[in-house]
Amino acid sequence: MSISKILLKLTVNGIARQIYVHPMARLLDVIREDFGLTGTKEGCGEGECGACSVILDGMLVNACLVPAVQAQGSTLRTVESLAGVDLSPLQEAFLHHGGAQCGFCTPGMLVAGTHLLETNAVQDEAGAREGLAGNLCRCTGYVKIVDALLATREGRP
Amino acid sequence: MRGQPSLCDVLAPLNLDEALALRAAHPEARPLAGGTDLMVPFAAGRLPDRLFLNLWGLEELRGITVSDGEVTFGALTLFREIAAHPLFQREFPNLVRSAKATGALAIQSRGSLGGNIANGSPAADTPPSLLVYGAELELTSLRGSRWVPYADFHTGYKRSLLAPDELITRIRVPRPRAGGFHYFRKVGTRQAQAISKVSLAAWARTGNGHIQELRIALGSVAPMPIRARGAEKALLGRSGASLPLDAALEALQADISPIDDLRSSARFRRKVAGNLLADMLRGLALV
Amino acid sequence: MNDYAHIGRSVQRREGRAKLTGAALFTDDFKIEGLLHGATVRSRVPRGRITGIHFEEGFPWDEFVIVTARDIPGKNVVAHLIQDQPCLADGVINHPEEAIMLLAHPDPQRVQDARERVRVDVEPLPPVLSIDESLRCDPVIWGEDNIFKTIHITKGDPDGAEAQGHLRMDATYLTGAQEHVYIEPNAIIAEATAEGVLVRGSMQCPYYVHHALHEMFQLPLEKVRVAQVETGGGFGGKEDFPSMLACHAALLSWKAGGRPVKIAYDREEDMACTTKRHPSRTRIRSAFATDGTLLALDVELLLDGGAYTTLSPVVLSRAAIHASGPYRCPNLRVQARALATNTPPHGAFRGFGAPQSLFAIERHMDEAARRLGLDPAELRRKNLLRTGDVMATGQIMRDEVDLIALMDRALTEIRYAEKRDSYPTLNASDDPVKRGVGFSVFMHGGGFTGSAETMLNSVAALEGTEDGRVRVLAASTEMGQGANTVFTQVAAEALQAPVDLIMVVPPDTSLVPNSGPTVASRTTQVVGKLVLDAGLAMRKTLLDAGLLLDGDVAGAIRTYVARHGALRTESRYQKPDFMEWDDTTYRGDAYATYSWACYAVDLRVDLVTYETQVADFVAVQEVGRALNPTLAAGQIEGGVAQGIGWGLNEEVIWRGGSMANHQMSNYLIATAVDLPRIRVFFEERPFAYGPGGAKGLGELPMDGPAPAILNAVQHALQIAPRQVPMTPEVLMDLVEGA
Ligand SMILES: Cc1cc2nc3c(=O)[nH]c(=O)nc-3n(C[C@H](O)[C@H](O)[C@H](O)COP(=O)(O)OP(=O)(O)OC[C@H]3O[C@@H](n4cnc5c(N)ncnc54)[C@H](O)[C@@H]3O)c2cc1C
Ligand code: FES
Ligand code: FES
Repeated sequence: MSISKILLKLTVNGIARQIYVHPMARLLDVIREDFGLTGTKEGCGEGECGACSVILDGMLVNACLVPAVQAQGSTLRTVESLAGVDLSPLQEAFLHHGGAQCGFCTPGMLVAGTHLLETNAVQDEAGAREGLAGNLCRCTGYVKIVDALLATREGRP
Repeated sequence: MRGQPSLCDVLAPLNLDEALALRAAHPEARPLAGGTDLMVPFAAGRLPDRLFLNLWGLEELRGITVSDGEVTFGALTLFREIAAHPLFQREFPNLVRSAKATGALAIQSRGSLGGNIANGSPAADTPPSLLVYGAELELTSLRGSRWVPYADFHTGYKRSLLAPDELITRIRVPRPRAGGFHYFRKVGTRQAQAISKVSLAAWARTGNGHIQELRIALGSVAPMPIRARGAEKALLGRSGASLPLDAALEALQADISPIDDLRSSARFRRKVAGNLLADMLRGLALV
Repeated sequence: MNDYAHIGRSVQRREGRAKLTGAALFTDDFKIEGLLHGATVRSRVPRGRITGIHFEEGFPWDEFVIVTARDIPGKNVVAHLIQDQPCLADGVINHPEEAIMLLAHPDPQRVQDARERVRVDVEPLPPVLSIDESLRCDPVIWGEDNIFKTIHITKGDPDGAEAQGHLRMDATYLTGAQEHVYIEPNAIIAEATAEGVLVRGSMQCPYYVHHALHEMFQLPLEKVRVAQVETGGGFGGKEDFPSMLACHAALLSWKAGGRPVKIAYDREEDMACTTKRHPSRTRIRSAFATDGTLLALDVELLLDGGAYTTLSPVVLSRAAIHASGPYRCPNLRVQARALATNTPPHGAFRGFGAPQSLFAIERHMDEAARRLGLDPAELRRKNLLRTGDVMATGQIMRDEVDLIALMDRALTEIRYAEKRDSYPTLNASDDPVKRGVGFSVFMHGGGFTGSAETMLNSVAALEGTEDGRVRVLAASTEMGQGANTVFTQVAAEALQAPVDLIMVVPPDTSLVPNSGPTVASRTTQVVGKLVLDAGLAMRKTLLDAGLLLDGDVAGAIRTYVARHGALRTESRYQKPDFMEWDDTTYRGDAYATYSWACYAVDLRVDLVTYETQVADFVAVQEVGRALNPTLAAGQIEGGVAQGIGWGLNEEVIWRGGSMANHQMSNYLIATAVDLPRIRVFFEERPFAYGPGGAKGLGELPMDGPAPAILNAVQHALQIAPRQVPMTPEVLMDLVEGA
């Protein structure tokens, strides 16, 4: 017995999309498989690593924990939306400071960092570290990621 | 992903009345709030449920109301909203600290107070704070609503007073009079985003150098979040200058019944629970 | 001063842009027509005999591709150093995660569901689940005595010297397994028929995978092609394991008539089934003179290798050679053994055995200092190796290194002297938070041990293209450590060309020569040198052809390729002339050179919760020249973070030979909040045989943090912790008495 799909309508990176999906499909799989936006990664599938971070209706969420039915009518932003013709200032700062190594945590870090900057949630290094605590990186020891975030916040290179 | 979305359906009510009707008609449908608890076993293929009742869109379950005597939270109040509320920092600092200690930002943006309670985990972080602030829960079904003291809600490991047709709809907490003493400390395996190995919350009011009111609650040391009534009794009415630390510690050991699991050992939990109590009393003695 | 145009500069990561926009494609990101998803059936019994396999009735098994050991066309083996590990268990099971059967289906959820519907009946046999049980041969599970490899190193007369010691010590140090937790789990895509095998995926060593496929299929080398795709971290965890996964995916594809098959582990499976750092037990007996001079060391080192040999002998070798640390020790004995147990094989992990033995010796030195009434820094000042000294294997210290200066710099940065004095006074108060400061001094040999580099015979090549660009051809993989960027800088330097002219070709065994595996801190030091030499050769070719007079490299290459049809130069590994090594006696130059470091830690221990929090971390190292300071610092910071985790938090909990806490929610790695700002300093002393003077640095930072932290805890609490991870539970037992 298979369950019928729902018509999921949402705005993805500024574009209205609609698609039939199972209501309990994970938003992460919808993003990666149905929308083909593979910048959003799966590192754990249990809300621990933040590799699947996206901005859903202005909130930072783990796409692996959101069932599709709860994204109905929402506005979704993924890593693919961050750069225009040029990289965003945070992306530039990552490049300059060496914030990406293997690059697998990077999309999630950038999405989380962008959200922190947009909500003006970071005042200092301790705040940056706390804000990024849901995004695990195994390569960098976080120093250069934190530096990139703080530099962007202060408008420095 | 080991879950089977193709086998799972979701009931999506548009308002609370519809939700209660669906809940009554389909008691087997698992309520789904922010999903931060449920989606984990679901994705791991360890959740037997095949039918869900989506609460996420229900406006009636949102919002925080502050009145003279109390604060009322909708069950869908997010940790993030609690952490950001200016009044709570002053009046319910334990609640703010436990909300901020729950997961990290993305979890706090989806995880709900109602879900934290209903999930019934002994390791949940807000329950000890809710216990010491004397919270009450509103349980609602088509049959009507009832308020129950949160201290009575959990009846065992993952068991509670919630009837199969009920939802948790609101949580209310009396506003403490000024001048209270608040303590919350969570011990996890790391400093952020960790399930607690032991946690302890306390609230007290002192007068004339004596402890006049005291509530102590702990997480991860029993099948459910608990009040440490024995330890409270040993301390109540005593003077700050001569607290019976040993008697309180001994009573605490009788209040708790921790186990060995993947996160820690019963031995460690017993010892650290005692240390937290002593740490709390050090602070209280200074008041 | 820097006379180079590119070397020593923080050139931006070459593949950085793609990684920042989400455009970089990792294995699981490819969309492939007709793809099947593979899954693995395992037994969960640590040791036993398979008596039957049952498929649930009424399930549409005909939709699935099913592979067992009987379907293997060649040899049932995952070839590493030796061939003792089967690709699929056939009859016997030697660890609980051993693969027994493979399934594939177009729908990834169906295949996950199906694997729960296969039941494997196993008649259990008594397992060996600890080093002690393995030593007792109770029972014998591998070879004649459960020993994969034994290594002896002897120098001087350890017994005689020990007897003369003023202070004699005997202490045993334990280290736990460690999971790599690269954020991208293992994933491989394979297409295999008798015509040829193509494997793409996340891996460190395409030629290891190539070798394993060649052996299992018994196909000619040229019919096997292995290509690395963007790899989300490795740290050793994608050194040997991908060979197994590639064999599995390729077998499924073979059975499915060549349809592409992907096996992408989820986190649970990755944590439970792939390799970990070898748990170890090291007993050190030592003798010191009254003034603290180290007279003798007698080290017995045991590694738990898991169920099959895989890389354990080489891990053991590095552990043994590093066992006496950076000390001059005239009388020395090291007896090292790697033992079999019924757990999944332990494998490569950043440091490769050295962290285990360096942990033991660096803790031991601090304990000795305390017993001698000396400051740990004084004890080291007396005993640190100096240029010209003779190391454990008889290697003469050629490096012009001043370890005392290195140590002093770290101690100054952390304000050691002041804190060493003031903390005990502070700690005497009834504040439950105690403070401590400590450090470790250590080294890490660059490149493969002994003659292995010579045997590997690595080659790298450069190719000029029609449009005047340069392609770097090497099998070394980029997995975040910066190989692409460093090779680009080195090639550009050799050719005196702008970096934009250089393209590093993604490793693909059909395109790139075998420059060896991406391991052992050898990529920059060894392969980078090959790239440099190939670049110098290309420059010479261009100059000899009368080109390049105007300095326009692109123009010269275009002209040359137009005239001659092709431009390619190669360089082959040549060992430094001084290097001599005898593998039978374990004497000689174990490594061409070493990187050296002193790491210092300031920390707080909270006696309410027994938590240890690192407040300040100073990492001073000499790695020859840092070719790209930003990337180099990034490597150190990341390695230190892993080292702190190994020292304090990261605990693999074993139940019946399996990792019980195989989730990220139960095996916790540090978040940004758990770590201090790691402060990194380089002392530059260019190494004559490395490109631009560079030495390996990738593994070094793993070696120092754990002992430095426990040394600081000794300072804070006046106790002698001898075990990592030193979790709060372990510390509680030490402080309160078990
Ligand atoms: C990475 C991660 C970290 C976490 N860290 C912490 C932590 O540090 N501390 C902590 O306490 N928790 C933690 N959690 C658990 C979780 O976030 C909280 O328990 C959260 O409050 C659950 O709320 P939810 O809305 O997401 O619940 P859901 O997952 O939607 O539901 C949880 C349970 O409650 C039931 N339920 C929900 N709402 C109602 C209702 N109104 N009436 C009746 N039943 C209801 C559901 O049926 C389900 O059984 C973590 C989870 C993750 C994934
Ligand atoms: S994949 Fe969603 S948090 Fe790790
Ligand atoms: S850059 Fe590799 S995990 Fe962060």
